[in-house]
Amino acid sequence: MRQLIFALCIGALPFAANAVEPDEMLTDPLLEQRAREISKDLRCVVCQNQDIDSSNAGVARDLRLLVRERLVAGDTDTQVIEYIRARYGDYVLLKPPLEPATYALWFAPIAFVLIGVFVGGGVLMSRRKQEAFEDLGAEDENTVSEILRQNEAGDAS
Amino acid sequence: MKRLIAGLPFIAAVIFGGFFLWGLNPDRDPNEIPSVLISQPAPAFDLDPVPGLETPGLARSDLVGNERPVVVNVFASWCVPCRAEHAVLTRFVERDGMRLFGINYKDKPEDAVKWLNDLGNPYERIGSDLSGRTGIEWGLSGVPETFIVDGDGTVLFRYVGPVVGPDAVERFTTALTQAGALPNGAGS
Repeated sequence: MRQLIFALCIGALPFAANAVEPDEMLTDPLLEQRAREISKDLRCVVCQNQDIDSSNAGVARDLRLLVRERLVAGDTDTQVIEYIRARYGDYVLLKPPLEPATYALWFAPIAFVLIGVFVGGGVLMSRRKQEAFEDLGAEDENTVSEILRQNEAGDAS
Repeated sequence: MKRLIAGLPFIAAVIFGGFFLWGLNPDRDPNEIPSVLISQPAPAFDLDPVPGLETPGLARSDLVGNERPVVVNVFASWCVPCRAEHAVLTRFVERDGMRLFGINYKDKPEDAVKWLNDLGNPYERIGSDLSGRTGIEWGLSGVPETFIVDGDGTVLFRYVGPVVGPDAVERFTTALTQAGALPNGAGS
């Protein structure tokens, strides 16, 4: 039993392992938690599309250390992010800020959904109106009943 | 209304086609990180000289008050492209009279000394940035990077990567000339 638990723990290790190395971590668990949250929102400038929390690049490590240093110095989360943003620009934020320049980015998806609903709904509505059928003309009625009668005769034989 | 709906696919195709056309532009580098430093004052820093080197250290005050704009190059002995770039920068200094300052980024001093002894030292001043903190102040994403700094301490130009090859050298020369960093105004 003990061996099994040990094996499970060993097996779980790779999932717990992270780019954050023990010597970087802060002793205060609360601050460390905040540092981790901030790091997840900051882009690594070397291996783009990775946050600095999970990146092994040298610059990412330096930025992680910097984030922790600022936190220890008493900065708020926003101040820390602003500090790094002042040096690397908006690009370093994984979540782009809501500004006039990024309105298209933020609102285009909503706008597209609205357009889709509007157009799709319009098409469906107009199609439903067409479906309300009118009576067949006398000639068509005759043709249909002729076909039906022939079918019945065919089935009986 | 019908006509509008019928035209929608065409409009969508034009919009998406426009984006694709923009994306296909070979000059567009999606990995390029826009620098926030351009037209901004150079960051404050004060770096000690590389131990074992005669060249003095580098601080922000050395970049200010120069007659012409100066060039700050971030390099390291462990950086292979820097080796190729070194020859280009040396030529700019010796032939065109460009003033060159260096930031030795996260480099072992003895390696840096050996590297400069082997290849020659075109730098007027070299600051040793062991921790990489000054690199962060400059918004560095890797080495080499090269900046042109105006006499009042404003960053005029940033080049990410080695200034190697005809295209890069041409871009850099143009930037130097526009900044007026070359004494005779020439440079080819």
